[in-house]
Amino acid sequence: MAKLTKEEVKHVAHLARLAITEEEAEKFADQLGKITDFAEQLNELDTTNVEPTSHVFPIANVLREDVAGEGLPREKMMLNVKEQEAGQVKVPSILE
Amino acid sequence: MTLFERTAAELQEQIKAGELTIADLTNEAFTRVEKLDSDVQAFLALNKEQATAQAAELDKVPFEERGPLFGLPIGVKDNIVTEGLETTCASKILEGFMPIYDATVVKKLRDAGMVTIGKLNMDEFAMGSSNENSAYKTTKNPWNLNHVPGGSSGASAAAVAAGEVPFSLGSDTGGSIRQPAAYCGVVGMKPTYGRVSRYGLVAFASSLDQIGPITRSVKDNALLLEAISGVDENDSTSADVPVPNYASKLDGDIQGLRIAVPKEFLGEGVGEAAKQSVLDALEVLKAQGATVEEVSLPHSKYALAAYYILSSSEASSNLSRFDGIRYGYRSENAKNLMELYKNSRAEGFGDEVKRRIMLGTFSLSAGTYDAYYKKAQQVRTLIKQDYDKVFEDYDVIIGPTAPTPAFAIGANVDDPLTMYANDILTIPINLAGVPAISIPCGFEDELPLGLQIIGKHFDEETIYRVAYAYEQQTDFNTKTPALWEVK
Repeated sequence: MAKLTKEEVKHVAHLARLAITEEEAEKFADQLGKITDFAEQLNELDTTNVEPTSHVFPIANVLREDVAGEGLPREKMMLNVKEQEAGQVKVPSILE
Repeated sequence: MTLFERTAAELQEQIKAGELTIADLTNEAFTRVEKLDSDVQAFLALNKEQATAQAAELDKVPFEERGPLFGLPIGVKDNIVTEGLETTCASKILEGFMPIYDATVVKKLRDAGMVTIGKLNMDEFAMGSSNENSAYKTTKNPWNLNHVPGGSSGASAAAVAAGEVPFSLGSDTGGSIRQPAAYCGVVGMKPTYGRVSRYGLVAFASSLDQIGPITRSVKDNALLLEAISGVDENDSTSADVPVPNYASKLDGDIQGLRIAVPKEFLGEGVGEAAKQSVLDALEVLKAQGATVEEVSLPHSKYALAAYYILSSSEASSNLSRFDGIRYGYRSENAKNLMELYKNSRAEGFGDEVKRRIMLGTFSLSAGTYDAYYKKAQQVRTLIKQDYDKVFEDYDVIIGPTAPTPAFAIGANVDDPLTMYANDILTIPINLAGVPAISIPCGFEDELPLGLQIIGKHFDEETIYRVAYAYEQQTDFNTKTPALWEVK
């Protein structure tokens, strides 16, 4: 039983900011369904009271002195920007 | 024949004796690439002009100021940023991307006097086990050009196996250094999580990614790991743990070493030849004074599912930075900002990357978060506890690196799940965060097999000692593929 419908895949693609065609949605629903089916096996394990691990070492709050360092120069920062004008990054209109 | 069949120490001796210059070594690398790379297809970008100039400068440095890796050529996986040298992660979305700073490991290579020859192909954003997911080319296995080199650091392993460079850097999130090292018959180490700075490594799954060395011998591998390790103020997850001089600890003595062999690593799904090569290796180690006992890592079979949920979730977040605005591919077909995001990403990412971004987004969504993401994190805890428990009584865990030798190009492309199964023996190690190496231990149908030696957190030293002791007793690491002999 596939876990994901085509509509759900389209919704997830929207959340992930990926344009998707009907054919792709169908293909990914099938493939992702197989993967989530496979992941169902995790439910065989009782994890009541098991702490989740997000990180293997108990490092917390690595701090440094709050001293201003040198930043990167603007021309470097802008080096890979495809569209720019007067040292600013250009994007299509935001308001309709 | 190539100069690169020699070890770092041998090359340094020749340089000192005046038989060889750093310029010669740099030349040798570019000549080998020119002759072999039309077959192997390992390099995405070459650093010829800069490397040649750098070599000339390095040749002027007095011998007493040189370390063990000084002047030696290295290839760098294309997800490690190199200032002024195109870095694409083998993705169309980063075509033409020119990094504006060097990764910490790249700085360290330069401090060690190493010469970067070029950037190495990979599966797009390190997602894959075969290099077939590269947007640019499919790297071939030097032992048989119809087979994959493994992945995702496939070209890092293939370039060393083909003798194009004697050293390379890869990255390992679920086996991406060890599995290609096994497939290509070279030595590949995934260090303890936190051992090597990730600053400048384009992030795939931040809680799992580690950079590591690929070489032909254990000692050279140890030298390179020492050179790139250490705490870094630019990576808050790098660990402030002293870095030993690994190479000086290699004496071949493993008397009294306690080896654990998990029954799950020699069970269902693992090929007979891979199994037998491990059993043979254990006999070699026993003869050197080690003891071997069977143990169980009961949650091993759940690692694959937990890994795909966790790594994809982290990837979905990390890869959100590719929006077509500040760098990378920008779609020309967009009327507004939302379309710009969606079309740039849809046109720039390959299918496997999209699958994982969507799987991750799905796993992190309201309504599925507890059932998928949190559940997988809890299973990760159980897997880590399995390893902690075994390491209370044993020094290392040994098994195969991969269930089979390298598969044929195209064999697994249609089914993501069969492709993922190539990593069942390497993935749990990343989830536990422990270090592990793959070293050559045999052949099946003239394709190499790898032995995986897993150690305790920050105990790469013991892994290297065991690997070295094994290497001293066998000759698998001196074998070379037929194309090695190209004139």
